[in-house]
Amino acid sequence: MFPAPFDYHRPGSVDEALALLTRYGADARVLAGGQSLIPAMRFRLARPAVLVDINALSELSYLREVDGMLAIGAMTRDAALETSALITSKYPLLADTSALVADPVVRQSGTVVGSLCHNDPAGDWGVTALAGRAQIVIRGATGTRTVTIDDFLVDSFTTAVGDGELALEVRFPTPPPRTAGSYQKIERKVGDFATAAAAARITLDANGAIADAGIAIGAAGPHALRVRDAELLLNGAKPTKELIRAAGDAARKLADPAADNRGSVEYKKDMAGVLVARGLIAALARLGVEGLR
Amino acid sequence: MKISVTVNGTLYEREVEPRTLLVYFLREALGLTGTHVGCDTSSCGVCVVVLDGDRAVKSCTMFAAMADGHDITTVEGLVQGGKLHPLQQAFWDCHGLQCGYCTPGMLMTSYALLKHQPNPDEPAIREALAGNLCRCTGYQNIVKAVQQAAAETNAPAPEPVAT
Amino acid sequence: MSTTAEPTPDKYSLGQSMKRKEDPRFIRGAGNFLDDIVLPGMLWLSIVHSPYPHARLVKIDKTAALAVPGVVAVLTGEDLAAHNLAWIPTFHGYDKQMILAVGKVLFQYQEVAGVIATSREIAQDAAELVDVEYEPLDPVVNPFQSREDKIILRDDRENKTNHIYHWEVGKRDATDAAIAASDVSIKERVVFQRCHPAPLEPCGIVADMDAATGRLTLYLTSQAPHAHRTVVSLVTGIPEDKIHVISPDLGGGFGNKVPVYPGYVVAAAASVVIGVPVKWIETRTENLTTTGFARDYHMDVEIGATKDGKVTALKVTTVADHGAFDAAADPTKYPAGLFGIVTGSYDFANAFTELDAYFTNKAPGGVAYRCSFRVTEASFAIERGMEILARKLNMDPAELRLKNFVKKEQFPYPSPLGFVYDSGDYHLTLRKALDMIGYDELRKEQAEKRKRGELMGIGISTFTEAVGAGPSKHFDIMGIKMFDSAEIRVHPTGSAILRAGTKSQGQGHETTWAQIAADELGLDPQNIMVEEGDTDTAPYGLGTYASRSTPVAGGAIAMAARKIREKARKIAAHLLEASVDDIEWENHAFHAKGLPGKAITMQEIAFAAYTNPAPDSEPGLEATFYYDPPNLTFPYGAYIAVVDVDPETGFVKVRRFLAIDDCGTVINPMIVEGQIHGGLTEGFAIAFMQEIAFDESGNNLNTNFTEYLVPTSLETPHWETSSTCTPSPHHPIGAKGVGESPNVGSPAAFVNAVMDALAPLGVTHIDMPLTREKVWRACREASTA
Ligand SMILES: Cc1cc2nc3c(=O)[nH]c(=O)nc-3n(C[C@H](O)[C@H](O)[C@H](O)COP(=O)(O)OP(=O)(O)OC[C@H]3O[C@@H](n4cnc5c(N)ncnc54)[C@H](O)[C@@H]3O)c2cc1C
Ligand code: FES
Ligand code: FES
Repeated sequence: MFPAPFDYHRPGSVDEALALLTRYGADARVLAGGQSLIPAMRFRLARPAVLVDINALSELSYLREVDGMLAIGAMTRDAALETSALITSKYPLLADTSALVADPVVRQSGTVVGSLCHNDPAGDWGVTALAGRAQIVIRGATGTRTVTIDDFLVDSFTTAVGDGELALEVRFPTPPPRTAGSYQKIERKVGDFATAAAAARITLDANGAIADAGIAIGAAGPHALRVRDAELLLNGAKPTKELIRAAGDAARKLADPAADNRGSVEYKKDMAGVLVARGLIAALARLGVEGLR
Repeated sequence: MKISVTVNGTLYEREVEPRTLLVYFLREALGLTGTHVGCDTSSCGVCVVVLDGDRAVKSCTMFAAMADGHDITTVEGLVQGGKLHPLQQAFWDCHGLQCGYCTPGMLMTSYALLKHQPNPDEPAIREALAGNLCRCTGYQNIVKAVQQAAAETNAPAPEPVAT
Repeated sequence: MSTTAEPTPDKYSLGQSMKRKEDPRFIRGAGNFLDDIVLPGMLWLSIVHSPYPHARLVKIDKTAALAVPGVVAVLTGEDLAAHNLAWIPTFHGYDKQMILAVGKVLFQYQEVAGVIATSREIAQDAAELVDVEYEPLDPVVNPFQSREDKIILRDDRENKTNHIYHWEVGKRDATDAAIAASDVSIKERVVFQRCHPAPLEPCGIVADMDAATGRLTLYLTSQAPHAHRTVVSLVTGIPEDKIHVISPDLGGGFGNKVPVYPGYVVAAAASVVIGVPVKWIETRTENLTTTGFARDYHMDVEIGATKDGKVTALKVTTVADHGAFDAAADPTKYPAGLFGIVTGSYDFANAFTELDAYFTNKAPGGVAYRCSFRVTEASFAIERGMEILARKLNMDPAELRLKNFVKKEQFPYPSPLGFVYDSGDYHLTLRKALDMIGYDELRKEQAEKRKRGELMGIGISTFTEAVGAGPSKHFDIMGIKMFDSAEIRVHPTGSAILRAGTKSQGQGHETTWAQIAADELGLDPQNIMVEEGDTDTAPYGLGTYASRSTPVAGGAIAMAARKIREKARKIAAHLLEASVDDIEWENHAFHAKGLPGKAITMQEIAFAAYTNPAPDSEPGLEATFYYDPPNLTFPYGAYIAVVDVDPETGFVKVRRFLAIDDCGTVINPMIVEGQIHGGLTEGFAIAFMQEIAFDESGNNLNTNFTEYLVPTSLETPHWETSSTCTPSPHHPIGAKGVGESPNVGSPAAFVNAVMDALAPLGVTHIDMPLTREKVWRACREASTA
């Protein structure tokens, strides 16, 4: 199956890319890893008239810590996170996620930012970005703005990136001490989108109580959802089995999944709860808190 | 549009439509039919080639235009100096193929894997190959083959034997 | 078995793990698959499919499609009807199928029009522009709805019913009476879901009509090239000598590449009409939605037994969903294939099975997906039934099996449903499996886990297959008897070419066929070239499917080689100046009695056959043999799966899987093991993932590899394998065939293991595929009940 015809541009700089995006407006699509866009074009579900390929913008390929934030450039591929010592040592939530997105070959092309821009309801990165309190830097003809992930995820396959704009990077706050996270995903097989997914991020205070929690679920609504009720329950509380169970229940309650081949509404709602609980248990175990199973 | 791509060490300049998928460029414009097509959803991996030396890509999920100025290795490029690549030899030795349709993709994914991880253990190999489907072998002998190739590649060169 | 003396193994002997001769081209990417074939001036075909499962065709407007630059033709059912090609007979012979829809469409994705253009891209662009107007009709989505006959699907047929046929075998009354009189009985509906073989290479064709020679060459993804040539000739009236079918390297087949598909016919018709080559390569969606599905049997299994666990009677009542056309690729006399193997490995005094098949608004098919015709469905039914019975008897499932196996001394064993099993030692094989897996230890572990509320299960399957169709008195496809053939030609220097009517799709025939001939002839297998798949050169054969190659063609090769050996004996006598009667074949060479130490090799004889032939014999050294097997062969095995179930998510972890196979004489152990790994993987896939399902409106829910789930290296368990060897007494080399056993035997082992794990929750049966959600639901319902 072959895409419908289109015009192809490969800008050599961000400015050039923006000029093209401005010129073609709604007719243009950014082409990053292509791992969502090209399959959609082959099925002719997407028919952009113009593609602006940003693969030559090597200046957008980086993983770096700046001002208390980890910045992931728009051309940084999932595989770069999987193999980065910085990520595996300091950002376990991101490391977990990067190893579970798509399949290992797709990850050598697909980008974190592209995945966020694609905003598939069952995508992985949106979940992690919500739990990790990420921000996205977007540039357009009129300048650069930074959007929180909560504002970025607008609807299924729709984000805050407007026509003529380019997402430049996603930033994750560097975790303070005594912080850990975990990403949990149920997939029918490798390469499948999530049946259910959950990300949990926990910071403990000196007394072992939860100082800050970030909880999100995927495949449970039009896009990844932050489970605020769970976060409220967790913040300030000591981790117990009951607390974890309650956090899971908050996720069950919030989840509003669509039934499909991956599962019924009932199953997916329950899995949202199970995975939030498991994510918390795994994150706490990474902080040395055991016995909560 | 015109593109120039180095494939298996040879520079090719060709006119392509922007929508030409890399896999059809390789197969039809260059006649390199070792790279196969098995799906339309980027799921099967029989089309995997290696880009710029160490990145495995599904060539059905990349436009030929995106390869302009890049270097591609396909299964046809594995034989060096008339000698099979250790991976090819190991797939043969270990019965790592049956119908052979998935084999080029499996070889190229493994090739990229060994560039990053010269000594993968069984779980790491199973993990790395999970973007490539095989309907015939049940994977077990493929995994064994990659292990053998890794061992062989890492083996110290044989001591020169005094004559 | 061979009548000559047992040779001391040497480099010619069977049973060696010779590396495959076909591999050098595949590992270099130098295989020659269908889509690799490009002919000058070739056009491409793209097919337009129906979005509706059941609809009247109101109008097809080709104008916009024809206006696309590069489009050469747009064909519809009406155009084909003008050439009498709108319908063709199915392989079954009793029904016909539409090539391009006429009047109405009967399943979603049915072929409606074909666009022929100068490139693939243009063909697809224009296919989008073919404007088809439909009037949707209510669909019939399952055979139980179909059998009510409220909506009649096939108005083209004389009989206004959706019922296709009824088939039965065995003694109904005696079986019913025995079940009624039994101490204990079980009855369970088990469904073997519709699935698809989905080889990684899809189906395709390059049709090339050469106006100059009047010959039609068809490069075809064909597991049965000769049968396809005959069908094309019968359907088109083109004389068979003017049709040349070439089946190149096949990227897997598993039954998918046996039938004739509409795309083939449209491409061939287009080539004949337009006069240039036309190529059609399926998309994955076309593959999964339109070509040969497998299974789709709804089986009610009843078993009666005494209270101490001796089975007395088996009854299986099946409703089969055949889709829109009856294209099940089964032998003529066996509309439900070899389903009669459903008594399995057990000695039933009474048995009866019946089956009714129905049309539905689904794709046609019913191919033997990595199995002998319907043997997989039958094995699943009996192996599930025995497990359920063991539970009801509160008896260990291994013990129940050991108690009821056909005994070694009962072979040849006439089964109550009409087969004569050739050989086996079921007790030995199961005992070996129990030992190797450490069955008693595992049961102890399970008991401890159950105390802690953990779900662990052990599942056994001890299946018997019937393969190698088949003896010509019983088996034919469209009237053609199911023999197979081989031709061996030994060259003067002692190398040879071997051609067979079969067609490898990964089974390694180029290696194993050479090994069989090498052992029979004492020639180097490396120098026996094997060629298949070209109808101009290969002898007529029915092809490779249903595990028939080794039992049938393997026999043909051995017999052709023995013909050569008989001739060679004369030459040996001539060379050794001895009497033919004094010449003996031993250790892969001829010896004259009383002339110790003087041996003459086949290589020397080959040279003499061309340079110094025996006085009264014709020069040259070659033979052809058409082998009509005297019986089927009955490979069997004992499989054990060990699983852990996570009740919270429904995830099943297959912790161990052991397969002991008995396929008689083993030609190449490495290849046999590889076949077993592959078949087990497909069995695993069927048990847990693979399904072609439809919603209530008749929409296909599994139309590509993102929804038709093929396991990757990560899901696939590690396989443990071993074997026992009970040669077939009637096969020339004692081989039984193996490629499909693991796919036949393993699904029940997986399901039995999961049900065993769920036993404490009172769960008896869940239909495949055992998705996480189904398992989760069973656990949940049990805990809330
Ligand atoms: C077989 C397979 C399995 C997959 N499984 C999963 C899975 O399990 N979970 C999952 O989350 N994803 C999955 N994916 C999707 C994959 O992770 C994609 O790579 C990812 O979603 C998109 O990243 P990309 O760089 O390839 O983006 P592209 O495909 O290039 O682009 C995706 C969309 O985002 C837009 N876009 C991309 N970058 C930018 C930018 N910088 N600024 C503005 N717009 C931009 C594009 O215009 C396009 O609309 C799968 C893909 C495949 C092929
Ligand atoms: S052809 Fe299937 S992934 Fe490329
Ligand atoms: S060898 Fe046939 S698909 Fe892998």
